[in-house]
Amino acid sequence: MKTTLAITPGEGWPPLSEVLEILAFRGGFNTSLVVAGTTLLGLAAGLIGVFALLRKRSLMTDALAHATLPGIGLAFLAATSLGFEGRSLPVLLAGAATSGVLGVLAIQALLRYTRLREDAAIGIVLSVFFGAGVVVLSYVQNPANVRASPAGLNHFIYGQTAALQPYDVAIMGAITLGAILATSLFLKEFALVCFNDAFAKVDGWPVSMIDLLMMALVVVVTVAGLQAVGLILVVAMLIIPPVTARLWTDRLRTLLIIAAIVGAASGYFGSVVSALLPRKPAGSVIVLTSGAIFAVSLVVAPSRGVVAGVIKRARLGLRIAGDHLLEEAHERAASSLSADTVREIARLRGWSAPIARGVCFWLSRAGFARRDSNGGIEVTERGSARGARVSRNHALWEQYLISYADVAPSHVDWSVDQVEHVLSDELIDDLERALAKRGVILPPAGTPT
Amino acid sequence: MSAFSLSLDLFPLLAAVFAAVSCAVLGNFLVLRRLSLMGDAISHSVLPGLVIAFIITGSRNPLPMFVGAALAGIGTVVLVELIKRLGRVEPGAAMGVVFSVLFALGVLLIEQVTRGVDLDADCVLHGQLESLWWPGAPDTIAGLFTAEALHDIPRQVTTLAITCTAACAFVAIFFKELRIASFDPALATTQGFHAGVMHYALMVLVAGATVASFEAVGSILVIAMLICPAATARLLTDRLSVQVLCSVLIAIVTAVTGYFGASVAPAFFGASSVSAAGMIAVTAGALVATAALFSPRHGLIARVLRRRKLARAVALDDLLANLYRAAESDTGATPAVSTATLPARSRTVIPRAARDGLISVSDGAISLTPKGELAATEIVRRHRLWESYLVERAGLATDHVHEPAERLEHVPIAPPPGPRQDPHGRSIPQEPDSLQ
Repeated sequence: MKTTLAITPGEGWPPLSEVLEILAFRGGFNTSLVVAGTTLLGLAAGLIGVFALLRKRSLMTDALAHATLPGIGLAFLAATSLGFEGRSLPVLLAGAATSGVLGVLAIQALLRYTRLREDAAIGIVLSVFFGAGVVVLSYVQNPANVRASPAGLNHFIYGQTAALQPYDVAIMGAITLGAILATSLFLKEFALVCFNDAFAKVDGWPVSMIDLLMMALVVVVTVAGLQAVGLILVVAMLIIPPVTARLWTDRLRTLLIIAAIVGAASGYFGSVVSALLPRKPAGSVIVLTSGAIFAVSLVVAPSRGVVAGVIKRARLGLRIAGDHLLEEAHERAASSLSADTVREIARLRGWSAPIARGVCFWLSRAGFARRDSNGGIEVTERGSARGARVSRNHALWEQYLISYADVAPSHVDWSVDQVEHVLSDELIDDLERALAKRGVILPPAGTPT
Repeated sequence: MSAFSLSLDLFPLLAAVFAAVSCAVLGNFLVLRRLSLMGDAISHSVLPGLVIAFIITGSRNPLPMFVGAALAGIGTVVLVELIKRLGRVEPGAAMGVVFSVLFALGVLLIEQVTRGVDLDADCVLHGQLESLWWPGAPDTIAGLFTAEALHDIPRQVTTLAITCTAACAFVAIFFKELRIASFDPALATTQGFHAGVMHYALMVLVAGATVASFEAVGSILVIAMLICPAATARLLTDRLSVQVLCSVLIAIVTAVTGYFGASVAPAFFGASSVSAAGMIAVTAGALVATAALFSPRHGLIARVLRRRKLARAVALDDLLANLYRAAESDTGATPAVSTATLPARSRTVIPRAARDGLISVSDGAISLTPKGELAATEIVRRHRLWESYLVERAGLATDHVHEPAERLEHVPIAPPPGPRQDPHGRSIPQEPDSLQ
């Protein structure tokens, strides 16, 4: 691994001024180039990766990236034997793209004509193509076989960010622009095929053409990323930003924007860190940066995050427990529950003391009850109305299960105890109507207290 | 230069065979449980485990390396599961996130610790099969079994031999459990052993096989060997025990062929030898392709032939039935049909039908022979019985039954006889036996 961008020769953190310079693209021409190149690549990969994720092709891109290796070696061989400069980038990348596409076609053929599943097909293509690449490289690298020097072909495996040239960055810019353009032009078509390709086909869209275009974009971005981060880690740039963005939103446009931002930010910070600290290969740092963003998102994302999930569940638990308490008060026809009664209910419900206190606190905060001085609660007007409603829901659902679902009366209480809290108003109306039609006597509406 | 020399080829070949067999035998269960890519993920993500073990112990002692890699392997499985569940992320993407981040971490860590240490990412990918040569090799085969010769065996080969034995023993001892856990995890759990435990045991062994094979053959060969032999065997057989044995055999053949393919084959073209690990992976792929094409039951060619045979049988049935119907409507005057009026599909089977004595051909017109009439009666009988069955029992409309009956008539099963007329009012012929 020689891909380090050691600006500072010693160990330890560089001075702040230098950090700021590099962050602001003023840390020398080469460094700025690298930072710009990886940022652009991150942006394009994040954007295009969204479609790969939605088409459930994340790991197919892995196979695609690995399958580029033999193409690189063979393109070099073909070019040198024809008397051209074998290491010219367009030639190598054309070879890479060709064998990458062949790999994807091989996966499709295995899926279509054999009984192997997708995972096996991807694994076979990935390892066999890469093995073939290793064979070709080992052949090319032996001076007895090929006279032209193949130095640098190896870099496509791990990438060589530091070696980016102005020309490469210009190409990356063009690719990024193309990716943004294609995405904004064909957003509707891509979304249609990603979410419901069967419908798209019935509706007369050229589904396979649209699919092909999406795949082509993935190929172009992968091949562009080979040089910068290498074929093993380019996959991460296609997978991680979209998966991260998916944690934050359910809307496609937002998803695309967040994925592009996460990708660009990882590319930017990754290459800056790599430029500032010795022996930090840019590719790895970029991937680790996006990995860190993913880990943080997994914890804090508003709807799918772990913290949000815990809070949501705790809230629901408190609400249900509070409802049970109100229901209990309603059924005892009591306007207040003493501390002993609350403890008794808590014991029967299996709540620990802190949970019972939490429930009382929640009730008082929500205005359903007031806590009195010795640990009991006094149910407010709103609280008793709610208790009555929960109790009625319970009775309604119980009746429904007995009359319609043929559940034995002795078995309904437990399941009803959980459902009564989530019945919607519409459902209750339906239940009332259905049960009334059957001649079931309904518990009276309104508050009996 | 001879094709095989004890000092140069014996240990690399042994290492390749051991690695191939230990991966292949475990790979069967990965392929069955659609976890092939877990092998891929693990073989990428054991890298940080290896490096951390190296940092802690400061040596390349195999035991800590093995523990580090096994922990990283299990960590991968757990992390993938966690991300899948907590973030509701699609399994493939979850795997991609975990292994690429761990691999990046491994590459970064290697960069921090390796100065003058021969632990580098390239070696992890390609392995160093060719470096396992044996300087003190004896001259004769008999000399192999002396104490000093055995003492010389490289550490990697011993490790691989142990791993191979362990993997084979695990699969042999827990075959029943593995089988039931692969096909029906819930049943396995109700039978009293936890399918999850089996799963993790398998993953530990995969991680073990990966790390043992690592330095000798490289991670790419590990992935190829975990998936390809098992996939090849899966294309050849439907029995799990046969599949496992086949995969082992295929692994051995692959390793040996690939190894010599790398050293011997290029010499024919005047080139020097190429990467053996890469060549073994290519051989494995070639075997998958061969099985996909030529497997007697599931192969592409066998299936195409089967389909053509079926198409011909259907065309023959249709020809006979058409002739029967023509004779039926023709009030017996000339029961011969001009071949020009037949559909192209039926025309192609005329020579065969004539050879089998089912029809007679004269002047471009064909008619049924007595033998052909018997066969045709049976087909038309089945067709009309199916039509009345579909109307009476399956509740289809009269004008919707011809198409399905047209398909069902070729299956040698008829609905119970009874009705004398089909829904269109045509008479249903009696069974050929009672005709005579």
